Formats: sequence, structure tokens, C-alpha cells
Amino acid sequence: MSGNWEILGETGLRFFGKMSASISHEIKNVMAIINENAGLLEDFTVMAEKGMPIDPQRLKTRAAMIMKQIRRGDEIIRGMNRFAHSVDEPLQQVDLSDTLSLVVALSSRFAFMRGVTLELEPPSTQVPIITNPFFLQNLIWLCLDFAMGSTGAGKAVVLKAEKTERGAKIQFSKLQDLGRREAESFPGERETALLQALKAGLVIRKELGEMHLTFPAQAER
Amino acid sequence: MKVLLVDDEHELVSTLAERLSLRGIQADWTVSGEDALNLVENHTYDVAVLDVKIPRIGGLELKRKLHVKAPALKFIFMTGHGSEEEFRRCAAETKEGCYLVKPVNIEDLIQKMHDLIREREDRP
Repeated sequence: MSGNWEILGETGLRFFGKMSASISHEIKNVMAIINENAGLLEDFTVMAEKGMPIDPQRLKTRAAMIMKQIRRGDEIIRGMNRFAHSVDEPLQQVDLSDTLSLVVALSSRFAFMRGVTLELEPPSTQVPIITNPFFLQNLIWLCLDFAMGSTGAGKAVVLKAEKTERGAKIQFSKLQDLGRREAESFPGERETALLQALKAGLVIRKELGEMHLTFPAQAER
Repeated sequence: MKVLLVDDEHELVSTLAERLSLRGIQADWTVSGEDALNLVENHTYDVAVLDVKIPRIGGLELKRKLHVKAPALKFIFMTGHGSEEEFRRCAAETKEGCYLVKPVNIEDLIQKMHDLIREREDRP
């Protein structure tokens, strides 16, 4: 796999740091909610010790909230683990739709902060490609970041991964403001370095409000 | 004491409000900066507890807007991060120490609220 390693390395580290910070923020929120609910259960216990009756339904509700946050935390940590292991091998067979859904999950807080909804369309079949999983995630994130700034009033990005004759593609649509971002140089040097490393292509169709990322079935070693 | 809690995590603010009310503190809560601005226009609060990362507006910007509407309102920031940079920014906006890292200890939070109100009463 060839490429501009200085740019790829710097871009990759920045991506890894950004995602790790977001994941840690999410985990902190999960812990904070568990903390408050556990604290409230403790408050109920103190009240009961003073002879105040406690409605069992209130206890049930709080226990359910804690269980819900534990499931949420588990999902976040599983995503983090998959993300961390994406640097294990330079080339792996991945399901592009699966990778896309991981990046969407990792990006959900950034989207939420910007008031953007990410709508992931399920693929009709699996979309296997052989590529560098970490670079792939990094490129999808950079395109998604750009797409989130191009939604216009719709404030939604629709994403879909699908098989093509030569490999696979990801379609970003509902990008109403693409035409207004003409002055911006996208793809920039970071996106270009990743596109080259992955032998991928990027087509921007301003008139349709769409962006297409294309990938070969197998990137070169 | 009447406080306003603003954090995008609904279950966090609603539970924190319930715990504060059990301790005799009246707490309103919201998950959006826009709602917080409306609440401050229609109600009088002593302290606002803000998440640093509030969607669209951000906690620091929200603090500035709330301060314009309610100059006597005191502020405490909550965050999940707790980075040095964030601490400096929050300290510049309020006073040093008016910053809690999640998960917060409710007694520490209440102590900070009382400290802020006492300070306001000492220096009107």
C-alpha cells in the first residue's frame, strides 16, 4: 500500500484522538447517569430508614434506567474495541456497510452536537472489500464531517453502502448545501492522501446533493 | 434556592433535579440551550448548572447569553472531559472552581451552589 505516510500518519493520529475523546465523553455521560440513579436509590434507602414509604415502581424505574445505561455503555465499548483493532492488520476483508455503520455510531455525538441526523440505509446484501480498515474509517469520517456541513436546512445526511461492478461505494445524499461550498477545497490534502492510499475515488454531484466514495474490491498491498 | 440544570442527557438532568428536590432545592431542567434561554426569561434562578458541550450553542456561549438576560445568575459548569484547556476556558468565564467533572458528587455541587449565592450576597 503506497501513500504519503507523513500526511496519513498525522491525519490518522488526529482521527484516533478525536474519536477517543468523543468515546470517553460518551462513557462519562453513561457513568454520570448511573451515578445519579444509584445516588437516588441511596436517597430512597435513607428515606425508607426514616420511615417514609417508597413506591416500588420508583425503584423499578431507576433500576431499568441503570440497566439501559449499562447496555448503552457496553455498546460504546464494543464499538471502541472494534475501532481500536482496526489498526491490527494493514489489509483485511471488511464489510463496507458494517464499517460505515461503525463510523456512523462513532460520529453520532458530533452529528448530535451539530443538530444533524445521520440516516443509514440498510444494504440489500453484504458489501465485502479487502482494504486497510483504519484508513477506510478515517476517509469515511472526513467525508462525513464535510457532508454534515453541507446539509443545509434539511440537517440530515443519508448514507448507503452498496456493491458495484468493480467493488463498492458509499453514497452520501441530501447534501443540499454542496453547491454553496464551491470555494472550499474538498477533497483537501488529507482526503487526497487517503483516497490514494485506498485506491478509492470521490465523485461530488452538486446538482443532486450527493457525494460518492468508490472502492476497488481489493486495495493493493 | 432555585436552580436551572442544562445538559443534553435527559436522564442525567431529570434525575439530578429529583435528587436536588429531595434536598429542598427547587430545580428546573432542560436538554436544550434554546429552552434554557426561554426559562430564564420567564423565571428567576439563583444558579445555572450547564454542560460544557450543549448541542448547537455550546455551554460557554449559552452562559454568555443567559448572563445578558439574567446578570445576577451564577454559573457552574459540568463536563465529561475535564481537560486543562476546558478548565481554563470555564475558569475564565466564571471563577476558578466553578467546574465539576462528571460524574459529579451531589454534595459538592450543592456546596458550590451555596458558595456562589453567599458570594453574591456578600458582594451585591
